[in-house]
Amino acid sequence: MTATENNAVPMLEIRNIKQDYHVPQGLFKPEKVVHAVKGVSFKLDAGKTLAIVGESGCGKSTLARILTFIDQPTAGELLIEGKPVDTRPGHLSAEMRRKVQIVFQNPYGSLNPRQKIGDVLGEPLAINTTMSAAERRERATEMLVKVGLGPEHYNRYPHMFSGGQRQRIAIARALMLNPKLLVLDEPVSALDLSVQAQVLNLLADLQEEFGLTYVFISHDLSVVKYIADEVMVMYYGEAVEYGTRDAVFEAPSHAYTRTLFAATPRADVESIRARIARKKAIA
Amino acid sequence: MALLDIQNLTVEFETATGWFKAVDGVSLSVDEGEVLAIVGESGSGKSVSMLAVMGLLPWTAKITADRMLFQGRDIRALSDGERRKLIGKDMAMIFQEPIASLNPCFTVGFQIEEVLRIHMGMGRQERRARAIELFTQVGLPNPAERLNHFPHQMSGGQCQRVMIAIAIACNPKLLIADEPTTALDVTIQKQILDLLMSLQAEHGMGLIMITHDMGVVAETADRVIVQYKGRKMEEADVLSLFEAPKNAYTRALLSALPENATGKRLSTVSDFMTADELAGGAR
Repeated sequence: MTATENNAVPMLEIRNIKQDYHVPQGLFKPEKVVHAVKGVSFKLDAGKTLAIVGESGCGKSTLARILTFIDQPTAGELLIEGKPVDTRPGHLSAEMRRKVQIVFQNPYGSLNPRQKIGDVLGEPLAINTTMSAAERRERATEMLVKVGLGPEHYNRYPHMFSGGQRQRIAIARALMLNPKLLVLDEPVSALDLSVQAQVLNLLADLQEEFGLTYVFISHDLSVVKYIADEVMVMYYGEAVEYGTRDAVFEAPSHAYTRTLFAATPRADVESIRARIARKKAIA
Repeated sequence: MALLDIQNLTVEFETATGWFKAVDGVSLSVDEGEVLAIVGESGSGKSVSMLAVMGLLPWTAKITADRMLFQGRDIRALSDGERRKLIGKDMAMIFQEPIASLNPCFTVGFQIEEVLRIHMGMGRQERRARAIELFTQVGLPNPAERLNHFPHQMSGGQCQRVMIAIAIACNPKLLIADEPTTALDVTIQKQILDLLMSLQAEHGMGLIMITHDMGVVAETADRVIVQYKGRKMEEADVLSLFEAPKNAYTRALLSALPENATGKRLSTVSDFMTADELAGGAR
């Protein structure tokens, strides 16, 4: 894996991470074991973006939950800035929790409908810091402006916002604790094309401003090609392809990656012309 | 004579703040054997106009049009009985959520045979044979066994194939596909699109493809209608739309595609349209 060979300590490194789920089959039958992630390793430098691509059920969201300490992996090591992290419940330091944050796929499901936006943004601070209410309010208002909303949105409820605005709120919430690593689990797949462009631009701006490291999970190859520095393709819990963006897109080595590329619709004029010519030839 | 001919269709819903125009003066026509794509973002009225054609809108909706003809017959003048004979037989629709649009209480075999019994008046044995034939046609493995399965026993892609099989069961003249692949993975999407296109070519159906995905448009359509806020922005054949889009909104949509990004930023709709145009829909 030549993707990140330099001397600096990588922001995030995982070694041979595995995750098994035990599914009970009934009283007298043995449990079924599902290997959701089967030994994945990668290194990611600070300020870079790693995109993880794959279809539903390939284990990419399971990996996101492991990276953000929501789930504990069955086996393997997780290193943040070169230090191994003890992910057992109760052993995780508050500092670690602050460093890594997550943005979920569905902005309609990830915000509490009964919580005002100001409280959504203030809650991470209330839990993790000793800031006063006035300070929290000030920080939340600042963050709203940073993600392209306004101070007037502070007292509104999630249902008063569109999908794109809600995703901005979810991103703002993740940034409240000044994290270094942001895990984005399909952050734009529920959004319209023009809104998707705005959110992707926002993510690029924020990465520049705060020097953030992104793990970007997606199934949309055109988005991945646009945003990623490095790409990992997952298939049935295994990383079948891993390398820099240009290497993966120009010369995919695994058959599954090639299938994935071939299945992605092309919206350029030459492909349309070729398709129409094919259709005429048949008719 | 066009298969479906609609002039100046307007659909309105009553809200607390007055009548809301979901579709505003849209005209469209589809010929036999033609693939028309209707593109637009959520809220552009693309689904509502087709639901109006199918007669599936609630009675609270106010539908007006200068002309609404299917095979030369006025759809609005049909009695309920006549409409029931037409819908599902000559005009069929595939919906976005395959799992939600099948009835969970009945086997898929029952649901496909119901169509054949009501519209074609087939006997038991004939129905079963035809159902197996249809399942084979849409590429479901073990078709005979599949008939006894319930929707929850199948994956999203398989349910969508069942939906397609039901829709084409009576060899419709016009098939309306409302975001048929939005909920599916790209490799499955490719299979479903290929299937739809081959069925369309085989039976010479008129096909209306409702989508928000420019990639799907590029891969399937002959002609394209772009809708925004209930209004038709542009109508063109697929090649000229991608090559030389005339309308500002179409240009905005195309440049918001991540693969068309120039440099580090994606252009958004506001780069192409003024605030006035964005609010009201530009002409």
